Amino acid sequence: MNTLEFTLVVALGSFVAGMLGSLTGLGGGVVIVPLLTLLFGVDIRYAIGASLVSVIATSSGAAAAYLREGYSNMRVGMFLEIATTVGAVSGAFLAGFLHTSMIAIVFGVVLLYSAYTSTQALADPPAGMAPDRIATMLRLDGSYPTPDGPKSYHVRHVPLGFGLMYVAGVLSGLLGIGSGAVKVLAMDQAMKIPFKVSTTTSNFMIGVTAAASAGIYLRRGYIDPGLAMPVMLGVLAGALLGAKILPGAKVRTLRIVFGVVIAALAIEMIFQGVRGKL
Amino acid sequence: MRTDANGGVAVRGKVNDKSVEIFLGKLLRWGVLLAALVVFVGGVWFLAESYDVPQSYKTFRGEPAELRAVSQIVRQAVALRPLGLIQFGLLLLIATPVARVMFSVLGFALERDWMYVALTLLVLALLVYTLTSGSGI
Repeated sequence: MNTLEFTLVVALGSFVAGMLGSLTGLGGGVVIVPLLTLLFGVDIRYAIGASLVSVIATSSGAAAAYLREGYSNMRVGMFLEIATTVGAVSGAFLAGFLHTSMIAIVFGVVLLYSAYTSTQALADPPAGMAPDRIATMLRLDGSYPTPDGPKSYHVRHVPLGFGLMYVAGVLSGLLGIGSGAVKVLAMDQAMKIPFKVSTTTSNFMIGVTAAASAGIYLRRGYIDPGLAMPVMLGVLAGALLGAKILPGAKVRTLRIVFGVVIAALAIEMIFQGVRGKL
Repeated sequence: MRTDANGGVAVRGKVNDKSVEIFLGKLLRWGVLLAALVVFVGGVWFLAESYDVPQSYKTFRGEPAELRAVSQIVRQAVALRPLGLIQFGLLLLIATPVARVMFSVLGFALERDWMYVALTLLVLALLVYTLTSGSGI
């Protein structure tokens, strides 16, 4: 393929990935690396660099809509951001000396987990829990708007959530993804933050975490302009279009289809990683 | 900085939280659009110059020095090199969440929440470190 053909094909693939990611809420970044490595034979380090850039684009692009709704909790976000940025720096550091096959295998496992969580229904934690000492000290508790007026919530298990966020950061820096699935695990499951608050707060955090890793990848020469250009523009355009058509879309079926695609890509990544082909 | 200005424990300052959040959201969106525009212009230019060059990313070579360090990228962009322009656009993109964190410092300061001013400054310092000296290995 010459440069023009390659650029157009990658842009088209990224556009579809961005649209599906935005429609299903799973993020486009999660399929960019398998798409580039498995389909276009791109070296996984270049693929991760390009993916990170697209993750920042979709996260920041979606923030305007999220912030207007008024669900995100800035204190929770900023406090946990310490864990994710330190994690991202560790992850990007790890990526520098782990064998690419190993990275591919870890990627496949995380991808499988993301596919699994996409099939799980999320329930809000029960109301009326007692305040948590650390959360009170850090002023993490908050409230969010509902049709029946503002509803307050208490944040729980701060150290566990903080630890899981570090893991989310490591995976983001190592694999070039937003780690949305792990962030939701930390905030919903461990810290018992209501679903709407955790999704919107996580969106903001994904951009900051990816920026931390992207800085390191850029300085290390893993971000190639010729490759990142079609990926970033494609994913961004796809995500914006996805957000536009989301209200009228039948998301349930799409989620299942996308989940199956992700699982298939995950198994292929693990397989190729074990064979040492990536 | 929290958005639930209509009640709850989050209201501590006199700043209108909601308007700050909306401003930040717009800042992010414009940052991304500006970055995308620069990347697009650089990309079209790049394709016009080297559309028929065989392209493959199978072997990892790493980028040359002038497309890695912030100061070098800016120099390349000012010199209107297509790849430098794309890289500069990507740099703008990376800078948008950093700008968001900077404004959060300001937001927490206006609320006189010094603990969160400190925590946010820590995050900001980490981000600046990765962009300027955090080449890792």
